[in-house]
Amino acid sequence: MDHLVALLAGIFLTAAIYLLLSRSLIRMLLGLVLLGNGVNLVILVSGRLGRIVPPIVPEGAKVPMAGAANPLPQALILTAIVIGFAMFAFLLVLAYRAYQSLDADDTDKMRVAEPRNAPKPPMSY
Amino acid sequence: MAFPARPPGQRLPLKLPEVTAILQGSATIVWLPVGQTSTVCGTMSGVALLPFIILLPFIGALAIWLLPARARSSASLLAGAVAVALTASCLWLYGSVADGTVLRNELTWLPQFGLNLVARMDGLSWLFATMIAGIGGLIVLYAHYYMSPKDSMPRFLAFLLAFKGAMLGIVLSGNLIQIVAFWELTSVFSFLLIGYWHHTSAARDGARMALVITGAGGFALFGGMLLLGHIVGSYDLDVVLAAGDKVRSDPLYTPTLLLILLAAFTKSAQFPFQFWLPRAMAAPTPVSAYLHSATMVKAGVFLLTVFWPVLAGTSTWFWIVTYVGLATLLLGAYSAIFQQDMKGLLAYSTVSHLGLITTLLGMNSQLALVAAVFHIVNHATFKASLFMAAGIIDHEAGTRDIRKLSGLYRYMPATATLAIVASAAMAGVPLLNGFLSKEMFFGETALRNPIPFVDVSLPAVAIVASLFAVTYSLRFVHGVFFGPPPTELDRVPHEPPALMRRPIEILVLICLLVGIIPGLTIGPFLATAVKSVLGPDMPYYSLSVWHGFNWALAMSLVALAGGVILFLLLQKYLARGIEAPPFIGHIVGPRIFERLLILLSVRWAKAAERLLGTRRLQPQLVLLVAVATLAAAIPTLGGIGLLPLPPTTFDPGLALVWVVGMTCAVGAAVQAKYHRLVALMLLGGAGLATSITFVWYSAPDLALTQLLVEVVTTILILLGLRWLPQRLETSEIDPFRRFSLHRLRDLALATIAGGGIALLSYAVMTRDAPDGIARFLLENAYTEGGGRNVVNVILVDFRAFDTFGEITVLGIVALATYALLRRFRPAADSIPRPEQQRVQSAFESQRDDHKEGTILSEFLYVPSVLMRWLFPVIVTFAAFLLLRGHDLPGGGFIAGITLAIGFILQYLAGGTRWTEERLRILPVYWIGTGLLLALVTGAASWLFGYPFLTTSFQYVDVPVLGRVPVASALLFDIGVFILVVGATVLMLIAIAHQSLRSAKRDAQPPGKTAPMIEREKA
Repeated sequence: MDHLVALLAGIFLTAAIYLLLSRSLIRMLLGLVLLGNGVNLVILVSGRLGRIVPPIVPEGAKVPMAGAANPLPQALILTAIVIGFAMFAFLLVLAYRAYQSLDADDTDKMRVAEPRNAPKPPMSY
Repeated sequence: MAFPARPPGQRLPLKLPEVTAILQGSATIVWLPVGQTSTVCGTMSGVALLPFIILLPFIGALAIWLLPARARSSASLLAGAVAVALTASCLWLYGSVADGTVLRNELTWLPQFGLNLVARMDGLSWLFATMIAGIGGLIVLYAHYYMSPKDSMPRFLAFLLAFKGAMLGIVLSGNLIQIVAFWELTSVFSFLLIGYWHHTSAARDGARMALVITGAGGFALFGGMLLLGHIVGSYDLDVVLAAGDKVRSDPLYTPTLLLILLAAFTKSAQFPFQFWLPRAMAAPTPVSAYLHSATMVKAGVFLLTVFWPVLAGTSTWFWIVTYVGLATLLLGAYSAIFQQDMKGLLAYSTVSHLGLITTLLGMNSQLALVAAVFHIVNHATFKASLFMAAGIIDHEAGTRDIRKLSGLYRYMPATATLAIVASAAMAGVPLLNGFLSKEMFFGETALRNPIPFVDVSLPAVAIVASLFAVTYSLRFVHGVFFGPPPTELDRVPHEPPALMRRPIEILVLICLLVGIIPGLTIGPFLATAVKSVLGPDMPYYSLSVWHGFNWALAMSLVALAGGVILFLLLQKYLARGIEAPPFIGHIVGPRIFERLLILLSVRWAKAAERLLGTRRLQPQLVLLVAVATLAAAIPTLGGIGLLPLPPTTFDPGLALVWVVGMTCAVGAAVQAKYHRLVALMLLGGAGLATSITFVWYSAPDLALTQLLVEVVTTILILLGLRWLPQRLETSEIDPFRRFSLHRLRDLALATIAGGGIALLSYAVMTRDAPDGIARFLLENAYTEGGGRNVVNVILVDFRAFDTFGEITVLGIVALATYALLRRFRPAADSIPRPEQQRVQSAFESQRDDHKEGTILSEFLYVPSVLMRWLFPVIVTFAAFLLLRGHDLPGGGFIAGITLAIGFILQYLAGGTRWTEERLRILPVYWIGTGLLLALVTGAASWLFGYPFLTTSFQYVDVPVLGRVPVASALLFDIGVFILVVGATVLMLIAIAHQSLRSAKRDAQPPGKTAPMIEREKA
């Protein structure tokens, strides 16, 4: 049963990559959120799973009970969730500003630096 | 601190047994850690000087670079002082290296990779360092008079000094990688020096060509040095030098040799890379005089000399090095005859002399090596003086064209005399230094060789090339100084300032002294230099001027006489003003180089761009995902093996959660195009499934964080969606028709990538967990970190520095968000007001007893009251999560986001204005305070002598709360908490404030919003 979490992560990533490959900024943003979830699950898997004890030292003991969950991926994921959130917030605002300034949320239409009919760069130096 | 008295001259006990064992006493190693240098005297303080010699030019360069552009004299004085200090240090160090001692000053850097910073000096590097420092000083004096007031002297001298430092770095490095680094630095600074007059295209092209050629050589050198270090097992030069037999018998010897030779040949302008050197003549003459006499081009032959004991002695070495040298010698001398530019003639002559040195180094003979080192010194002296003389003539006569110059002897007799003597040395006239080393060269080539080809070609090419050398020297002297007075000059030439001539006088004096009394002048220095390469058992050689009648003398005489005759024969032809040497004139190296460069950097690049490039983002993303998938697939599929099906216990509850999660993810992907709000909700479902999975697998902290972040993310997107474009309604699009081919491709790619990840995760789970650091973390979290929640202890204690970095990033992101929106006023909402609001407004506008907006302001009145009441509860809950975080699920991140949600609820309940009238939040200050608190907590451990962010903990009895664990980690966690609150609130508020700004705009007539239209209709 635990092994099926791989399927969950796989589906998350499939949906995320599909969304990321779209041209619309908002879909890419949504894809980013899903991607974060999927990748976090993969990191969790890399520390191995099992319905085990949380990595918390019980009252009166010096070490956690035997079979405690691997705390390292958890610490990494905690960091990843927070950074992922920060990145998402920044990109959302960026997308919002871009849409307001360029009137486009389609990456193909964002052509301030390279207008559609701009000449190609010089052929030789 | 007192040190026991030590008899003068006694060395510290050796501390590198392995190095000494390898060297077996052939040279004494003086090894000394940097920290102790101040405590020793005599020989030892010489060791301390070595890093100083390398660093001083760079420091000087920096100081001069900071001077204002007009500070000519102070720049020159500073550079001169550096040069004098360097030369004096080098001369003073001679006593330390004269007996064959190798001075080493080692600074441990990355000992586990065999990378230490080693400053090292033996006889050979002493000779080179002295030459580089001494001639460098003369160049500074010369340049002071040469450069025009329009040129920025500080910029020039800063480059020159930095270049000098790089050269000294090459010769004084005791580590292979270090040599490569300095080697590349010489390429860079020579580029800057050659391109000094960057307003001329000749300077730019010449500089670029030199950089491309020598930089490519530097790259090859890096490869060669890595191979060499790999063969020997050490990057230490002394260890490598002692492992010659091992290197020569290694199967990797040939590639190593080829790479190192490529580097040396490009740097020393050997055939077929010789063409960059004449092009580099676009540099100011002091640069040419320095780069092409004592430094840049000598780096290549220095490399060959240093590694001579390791790489030489094989037939591969002999054939490549000797014949590349011979080809260069002949080609350079031949081309030099037909040059019209004085500096061009000298440049080709330099190429030819470097070829001579390379030939000598290639001969696998110890005597030839002696001759090579001798000729390196001789060439540096006469060539530097010749370049400077040419510069003076250019300066005073206004041209370097030999066709225009003539009879200058009567205008500048002193300069002319000096140039004539130096030219004679270049031609190999007796009683001058050039004669001596050329005699040795002839002597070596005249030795009988069992291979007939070698037996004939070596002496023949030697004689012909020397004959050419006599011819071009004569042409230089005769064309410039003799003949009728010049007619094509725009000014009357005259002698330069006496000080400008002084460097040439000194160098020519050395040429004469070495040429007349070699044993008393250069003899001991040469012996020291050669001894450091060949070891104590040196071959016998004599430096006297007269050796009796022998083959070498005969060859010299033939070359001299032949050269004079050839010059007389060619005089008419040369007077016709030819532009290029006959026969090979149409093969122009630079043009071939340019073609190659265009092919590589333009044609092929364009082809690659056509094939793979795009100006659109999506194809690039597709490529990125495809390449990443492929890169992951190759090792995975190669090593995945059989995947066993594990014993399965089915849990319907969890299975249901996952099915819901997957459905939500797929649904979000499908709905994202047509209905964003639905997509957003589905996304929340997927996040919730993740969160429940975390709980299931005993990760309560993660579950909490995920849940809270999910809430905040949803609020953010909802805030953002208001202004982001509205997509087409579902009814307008036929989903099946619109599902285009490239989206099918995207779907296929996404499925492959996602499936691959699923496979990979599955494969990971079928394998046993490695015994990583997890056990250490679990066992020491409580005893060392004083916390029961291991995840939190990792975050705020074991990996606190990472967390510190992370919160810094979080703060920066929040500030960036804020900055993006601070003065930004959005356009109108993309979504019309909800129908409910429109109806309400219409109703209100018809009634007199209702002010418009009253209903709206009382929207969700009961929930908003509840939300207000919830605020203190949430604050308490956040504090609870924070304080218990070290022992139970919770902590700074979780508590911070919780409190931020509390704030946001107030905004939702009361509106921005209402909230900010009552609750003044200054998130930017929160961010600053949090970061500062974390930093100060971390830095406080310094006060107790512990590293940054070391934590301490103990239990404290606090009234009411009871026995509370107090760790300094808690303070750090509070810092995290404050920052997270500040950052999250700042981002949310920044977006929330947009609605205030747009509302102002809304109020202005003529409005286009829906209510107005409704009203008009009514």
